[in-house]
Amino acid sequence: MTSIIDRGTTPLGHRRSKFSGERTPRALIFLVLIWACLAFSFLFLLILIVTTFIDGADRFTLSLFTEYPASSPDRAGARPAIIGSAWVIGTTAVLTIPLGVAAAIHLEEFADKRKWYNRVIELNVQNLAAVPAIVYGLLALAVLSFLGVQNKNIVIGGALALGLLILPVIIISTREAIRSVPIEIRQGSMALGASKWQTVWRQVLPASVPGIATGSILALSRALGEAAPLLVLGALVFLSFDPNGLLSGFTTMPIQIFDWTSRPQAGFQELAAATSILLLGLLVIMNGLAIFIRNRFQTRW
Amino acid sequence: MTLVKESGGPASAPGRQAQTQFKGRKRYGELIIITVLRSAAILTVLTTIGIVLALLIPALGFFQQVPVTDFLFGDRWAPRFADASFGVIPLITATIWTTCIALLVAIPIGLGAAVLLSEYAKPGLRKVLKPILEILAGVPTVVYGYFALTFVQGTIFRDWLKLETGAFSVLAAGLVMGVMIVPTIASISEDAMNAVPQSLRQGSAALGANRMQTSIRVVFPAALSGIVAAVVLGVSRAIGETMIVALAAGNQARIVGGPLEEGQTMTGFIANAALGDSRVGSLEYDTLFAVGLLLFFVTLLINFISIQFVRRFREEY
Repeated sequence: MTSIIDRGTTPLGHRRSKFSGERTPRALIFLVLIWACLAFSFLFLLILIVTTFIDGADRFTLSLFTEYPASSPDRAGARPAIIGSAWVIGTTAVLTIPLGVAAAIHLEEFADKRKWYNRVIELNVQNLAAVPAIVYGLLALAVLSFLGVQNKNIVIGGALALGLLILPVIIISTREAIRSVPIEIRQGSMALGASKWQTVWRQVLPASVPGIATGSILALSRALGEAAPLLVLGALVFLSFDPNGLLSGFTTMPIQIFDWTSRPQAGFQELAAATSILLLGLLVIMNGLAIFIRNRFQTRW
Repeated sequence: MTLVKESGGPASAPGRQAQTQFKGRKRYGELIIITVLRSAAILTVLTTIGIVLALLIPALGFFQQVPVTDFLFGDRWAPRFADASFGVIPLITATIWTTCIALLVAIPIGLGAAVLLSEYAKPGLRKVLKPILEILAGVPTVVYGYFALTFVQGTIFRDWLKLETGAFSVLAAGLVMGVMIVPTIASISEDAMNAVPQSLRQGSAALGANRMQTSIRVVFPAALSGIVAAVVLGVSRAIGETMIVALAAGNQARIVGGPLEEGQTMTGFIANAALGDSRVGSLEYDTLFAVGLLLFFVTLLINFISIQFVRRFREEY
């Protein structure tokens, strides 16, 4: 902590070198307090990860991947939940990414921002991003009831709820990626005789693919960890088969964690921790991939 | 432009040529594509309309059987009992408790972290600290719920501190939820503080202020609109958060009198009620949507307050 202050008072320190009186007791207490804020957050994260690993390490075995849920914790595994998560997230990706990219292209490249209805769409996207996740579950539940679907716990229903949940996230990040392509690229393309759409398709979109990919992966990682909307659809079920299609019943990893956590036996809590390790591991991989794509392929104009 | 003029000849009329090029012939394929793109954008509006209709229609069915005043002002929530009662006050008290506890944690810690990242940390240090802080936003809420229930409530509160509390408490849920929203508040407030022009800091330093005084008396007020927006977003996330409260706050819908009591929040009720099998069109099914509608309106209202506040108090530089 002292090293920070020392660096701050050296002439080389950038914006802070001009301040004086940094060593008064009040200023030091303030510095300690704001460092404590960050330290508390990091310590919390560390304890969360460490306790989850300690609780779940014994059960993080092959049987977690191969066994079905059972009434006894010794024989139970998360196989259907893992496969179910893959189905639901895969379907969500296929449904949502093209839609979100298309909407973002429209808003960024084609929409006339002076028109009130385009401003309504923009405001609406911002508002949708703040709607609680569980409301999307209610929306999907109502849509499926409206269509007369009896069993609402189906992969396509879960993908509908999660897809609408992350659609605004994908639109917002895609718009940022498109906006970062300089106007000169568009002007150059148009000057060579390309139409507006040819410009978007052959110049703007290829240049913004890394940004779109990064944003989409982060959005999907949010969907992967989300449980509330699926809970509303009744995804908490005892599955003794692998989910195998869009109309198949399913459960997902977060739902399985919820189920096991809320049971009294300690064995189930260990399973919940083991599944959490798997989920956290997958999220780390997805986030790492997103950061890798951003750093490796992003063009700096 | 000057190049074109110098070359002379046919290219010297770029304006006319460009005009004909821009018009081009009608490209019907492109019209179709643009229509598809526009429909995708319109779908987002349809989603909102869908949410409102999906919540409103079953909720209206609910309010035909339960008067609105009984719902909003009743103090007993027992939808599954023989003498069913649909007063939503108990759910609201639990929501207020968890939200307030979460904010008591998240506002000071989030703002402290924001000041550190924006005013004190060098760019290199900031580049390391900020991503670590944002990991907190990426942890699935159900994992937080597990942690709140087993470690915070079970190990810390009951085993170590020997607090008089049951298996659940709004305090455990609120504390963990607070840490969950720290990155939200920290990163939006930090953006707001970064947007404060350097000249204000230099002016403050020239008057002999140190960094603490500058942060508190100059940067903080100047960034207030962004900070309020961050806090409001945190509030709406805390109200809408489901899995932590469903696991750690408890399932008994009763008026919560203290932080160590258990209580069921609005989201907690929806999550738990959905576990039971409720027939489409039954009162139980409609109850879900009535509570959902209330939740939706509360978060919408908070959002609009935030937008208004930011508009009114934004400092222009």
